[in-house]
Amino acid sequence: MCVPFSTETPDGQLVQIAKAGDLAAFEALTDRYEQRVYSLALRMLRQEQDAEDVMQQTFLSALEHLDGFRGESSFSTWLLRIAAHEALKIIRKRKGLVTVSLEETTEERGGYESVPHPEYIADWRQSPEQLVHKNEIQRLLDEALAKLDEKHRLVFLVRDVEGLSVKETAEVLDLSEANVKVRLLRARLQLREHLTQTLGDPATRLIRSHDHAP
Amino acid sequence: MKCEELLAMLNEYVDGTVDPSVCEEFEKHMAGCNPCKVVVDNIRKTITLYKAGQPYELPVEFRQRLHDVLRKKWQEKHPAP
Repeated sequence: MCVPFSTETPDGQLVQIAKAGDLAAFEALTDRYEQRVYSLALRMLRQEQDAEDVMQQTFLSALEHLDGFRGESSFSTWLLRIAAHEALKIIRKRKGLVTVSLEETTEERGGYESVPHPEYIADWRQSPEQLVHKNEIQRLLDEALAKLDEKHRLVFLVRDVEGLSVKETAEVLDLSEANVKVRLLRARLQLREHLTQTLGDPATRLIRSHDHAP
Repeated sequence: MKCEELLAMLNEYVDGTVDPSVCEEFEKHMAGCNPCKVVVDNIRKTITLYKAGQPYELPVEFRQRLHDVLRKKWQEKHPAP
């Protein structure tokens, strides 16, 4: 598909041109971010049809509300935020909830004190580079993710898997940066725990001394 | 630095956004605490593993349909003069 804009044209410029009524500029923006939106939606929803619905809703919404985009955040963050909201609507519906509680809980107000301590500590037998090629690994990764609390899973997906910054993650999921950090830590620790139980070499298992304090 | 304090700063250390002085404390602690060292290593590997996952390819047919829908919507919104 030929688009008369170079990949170097900044998003902001494309947005301006699109706002002036240029479809090709809007399509260039779509081309730029559709893969990313799809990836986020599919990771959040784990179901292709739902992800496609979110994609469509996201870009239609972007089209409708382009005039309202004033560049306070980056275009990609704005777009991903719409996508995350659309995906959350579906997650809510699935659970029969009116709102998915992404809000801060009592445990989080406690900050880092309530973070789970690592239990199973062992070196992994193989490196990620070796593991990523194994058939069973994807299933293990999905299994570990599925065990997380929704609100921790989402932060991990957006921040670590999709690679957004803490600030962007906060914007996309409507959270404070502090909240993102605590949830991210919990997610990482829980995933580590689950994966290490399978990938860790039991021969190298270490027991943490709880009295240790150099 | 105690193990608990290290745990609280884990994100910043792994993401490379920690203060140099804290970083030093961190590494000093890990030099003398194998469990913490392994936990940090595990976390790094966990993140790498998830990041390395296969990207989900946008289905070609769906992409085409999406673009058609968007084009149509655009034309409704910006009718030709």
